[in-house]
Amino acid sequence: MIKKNAAVRLKNLLLAAALAALLGGCATSGNPKDPLEGFNRVMFAFNEGVDTVLIKPVALGYDAVMPTPVRTGVTNFFGNIADLFIGVNNLLQGKPDQAASDLGRVLINSTVGILGLFDVATAAGLEKHDEDFGQTFGRWGIGTGAYVVLPLFGPRTVRDTAGLVLDVAVDPVANVDHVPTRNSLGALRLIDNRADRLPADRVIEEAALDKYSYVRDAYLQRRNNLVHDGNPPRRTE
Amino acid sequence: MKYLLGLLAAFLLSISAGAAELAPDALVRNVTSEVLEIVRKDRDIQAGNSRKTLELVETKVLPHFNFQRMTQLAMGREGRQATPEQLRILTEEFRDLLVRTYSKALTEFRGQEIIYRPFKMAPGETDVRVRTEIRQTGSKPLAFDYYLERTAASWKVYDVEVGGVSLVTTYRSSFGQEIQRNGIDGLIRSLQARNRSSEIAAGAPK
Repeated sequence: MIKKNAAVRLKNLLLAAALAALLGGCATSGNPKDPLEGFNRVMFAFNEGVDTVLIKPVALGYDAVMPTPVRTGVTNFFGNIADLFIGVNNLLQGKPDQAASDLGRVLINSTVGILGLFDVATAAGLEKHDEDFGQTFGRWGIGTGAYVVLPLFGPRTVRDTAGLVLDVAVDPVANVDHVPTRNSLGALRLIDNRADRLPADRVIEEAALDKYSYVRDAYLQRRNNLVHDGNPPRRTE
Repeated sequence: MKYLLGLLAAFLLSISAGAAELAPDALVRNVTSEVLEIVRKDRDIQAGNSRKTLELVETKVLPHFNFQRMTQLAMGREGRQATPEQLRILTEEFRDLLVRTYSKALTEFRGQEIIYRPFKMAPGETDVRVRTEIRQTGSKPLAFDYYLERTAASWKVYDVEVGGVSLVTTYRSSFGQEIQRNGIDGLIRSLQARNRSSEIAAGAPK
């Protein structure tokens, strides 16, 4: 019953979003980083809607029900899976030391850390990194292109969208052959990620004057920071 | 007369040098550890008691921030047209918004370990970055960087970057947008409205 209700609401949302995208597609406020602002704002509202009716409630329930050690175990498990291609990206970015460390993390955490449930590598001094193909492209000197809000995936740039396509293509979870397993793992990871973002979300709600532009500017700054591994060229003003 | 002015200037300089003795990294470390120690022990704050958290931030953190500079940074170019009176009101409202945001972030703190990164400063430096890190299980450490400038009285924080995201300049496009549409007064009105709605929400029973 509840499920059906949510599905109907989701369908209405999708219809409303498609309609609004058609009508508002060309409205912009002239921000050079965001030429697609009209479309993006509609997509943003759509994603917020899906989050409010579907993803966030589940994440809140998950956060409330799951004991902290289990939560950490789930986050670690997916983090371990991700470490493999974080290492590959570090290698592509010409950072073999970090790539070796990432590979070491996978080896240690998959064995001593029991299939990645425990992050013993961090305690052993191998720090976790954060890399993806979008960052690799940035490292290679490819510009970000326009900011774009993707349906369901959320904020990206054109460059990071291309990166995302590769990230998904090599994602071990997306490549599991057994469909029910793949879907369950994907859903669990989605909810676990969302639950991890709940605290930051509460702070953004408090901070933002206009949530759309706040999230956009934060995203662009964050990505720039990540591409430069925490040391972006100091902004001049 | 000239001699007197020179003397006065020398006197003022000596005061500022004396008062600025606490180095910026020591200042950040002292305030951070003191505040987090209180948060760690206080169950009300951990449960999200916003009045108590606000009090803590106002007494311990707020004196070390230069809100006027932060407001000017957030407004960027658009803000240069603001009159002193408008700037005063804007600074007040923006301060309330930032203090509430900071307080909210504090109630989300769960006893993670804070690392203070090595700090070097050339003599005579007036603008520095103090880097800290929050260690969190299962993810990359989150950088928490404080930008400080030397003022007459002491070192003051004028920006905080979390994971490379500036607490201040992230407002620049929303502020600029508002100023372009409705002028400086429009920005003041929207900040006031934002603050009032948060106060009402905070006053309502949880």
